Amino acid sequence: MSDDAVSPEEVRHVAELARVDLDDEEVDRFTGQFADILEYFETLDEVPAVDRDAELANVMRPDEERTSLDSEDALRNAPETEDGYFKGPNVS
Amino acid sequence: MSDDIFITAERIEGADDGPLAGRTVAVKDNISTAGVRTTCGSKMLEDYVPPYDATVVERLKEAGATIVGKANMDEFGMGTTTETSHFGATDNPAAPGHVPGGSSGGSAAAVAAGEADLALGSDTGGSVRCPAAFCGVVGIKPTYGLVSRYGLVAYGNSLEQIGPFGETVADAAELLDVIAGSDDRDATTRQAPRASDGRTGDARETRETPLEAEENYADAATGDVDGLSIGVPTELLEGADEGVVETFWDAIADLEDRGAEYHQVSLPSVEHAVEAYYVIAMSEASSNLARFDGVRYGQSGGYDGNWNETFAKAREEGFGDEVKRRILLGTYALSAGYHDKYYKKAQDARAWVKQDFDEALAEADVLASPTMPVPPFELGESLDDPLQLYLADANTVPVNLADLPAISVPAGETDGLPVGLQLIGPAFGERRLIRAASALA
Repeated sequence: MSDDAVSPEEVRHVAELARVDLDDEEVDRFTGQFADILEYFETLDEVPAVDRDAELANVMRPDEERTSLDSEDALRNAPETEDGYFKGPNVS
Repeated sequence: MSDDIFITAERIEGADDGPLAGRTVAVKDNISTAGVRTTCGSKMLEDYVPPYDATVVERLKEAGATIVGKANMDEFGMGTTTETSHFGATDNPAAPGHVPGGSSGGSAAAVAAGEADLALGSDTGGSVRCPAAFCGVVGIKPTYGLVSRYGLVAYGNSLEQIGPFGETVADAAELLDVIAGSDDRDATTRQAPRASDGRTGDARETRETPLEAEENYADAATGDVDGLSIGVPTELLEGADEGVVETFWDAIADLEDRGAEYHQVSLPSVEHAVEAYYVIAMSEASSNLARFDGVRYGQSGGYDGNWNETFAKAREEGFGDEVKRRILLGTYALSAGYHDKYYKKAQDARAWVKQDFDEALAEADVLASPTMPVPPFELGESLDDPLQLYLADANTVPVNLADLPAISVPAGETDGLPVGLQLIGPAFGERRLIRAASALA
């Protein structure tokens, strides 16, 4: 196991950043699995720096009005709406 | 309907006439169908009904195909067995009691069971080729940019392509003819460079004659492999199951009998492809799946507390284990202090893999390997150890990192279980792959 294997606290911290609640059992399980997986990812250290010669081209379209979903369609899958708007929880 | 092949069985009739008139198609449940539930195999989207069709679905309808259902899949395309679906695992019609492979397991099973003539899946790290191999059917992962991803629910968008399944190479190629082509709603789609177009400046693309570059994909399924040069990357045979390797060599011998020749090639970069693939895919997933907040769509976290609390609650309840695992690992890999250690190195590995493939394909028309290093797992056998399962993708993920096309074609069986042979070609070399693979199925 590498020096900086993840701790349960780190798993909780990342879960908070990712906005995914975890129960204690999940934290325990993921802590063990993440240690193995991240240790495996560390073998990327052996990869040499490689020149990337990708020929990239910007793809533009004319900036013109186009039809889009009407608001009824756009709201159709929302768990809750009000007066033609999405209704969400408080922001803070 | 049997064996959980479809999440939603519903007929969507296409135009009266067209190249796919009278043909039935199963569509993976992460491809949007207007008015028909599209769940991505997730509780999060259990009730989601897209208001529009994916471009490939529009093209299916215009071609006269009848869609017969939305096929089961690993949740959000994350898995190699179709067992992470919220709606239950699909049995493998070609090997009952075994997994159909993933993540497009329902699509491959639909074709193998005769529930549909053809099917669409999506392939981010092998998700069309793996289930094709496990179910004994044909699956094509197109060159990145050949098929529009508009309406495909994104998981790892720099890697994934929608791809066709069929019982034969000609069938799959016929479906590719319908779905391929640029789309002004997906700016990553590209026209295949024309061989006569000097601008490409790429030696490997000039191997196609202008005539070849214009014929239909289906017309390329001639089975003619006379003079075909096949490179076999030694690294993709190491560690593979013995019975799989034997079946693979038997298929190569079959191609030799028909006039092909093979030589060994080395792709040293593929040793790091699995790590690079998972770092990139998980990083992209952590960003792409941030849209599932339970407000605009998805499982709601309720209305008590603030946005972050209800968002985190919706995602706890709506996502399964594998999805949470990948979102968290992706968030970790992109977080301050770790970006250079994981993500940047993974991009270096990706460039290295591309370079290796370019060199190997300068000396061979196609590369060949077993599609999967192992025969289909038994249902329930493999779920406990995610890392071991990730390693099973060793032969398929390098192709997605390099944006290249590949095909999985049935090669035979080992102990009664299907084995797939994978052929890899240069960018936009689908016709060459179809021609070669059609010698086997």
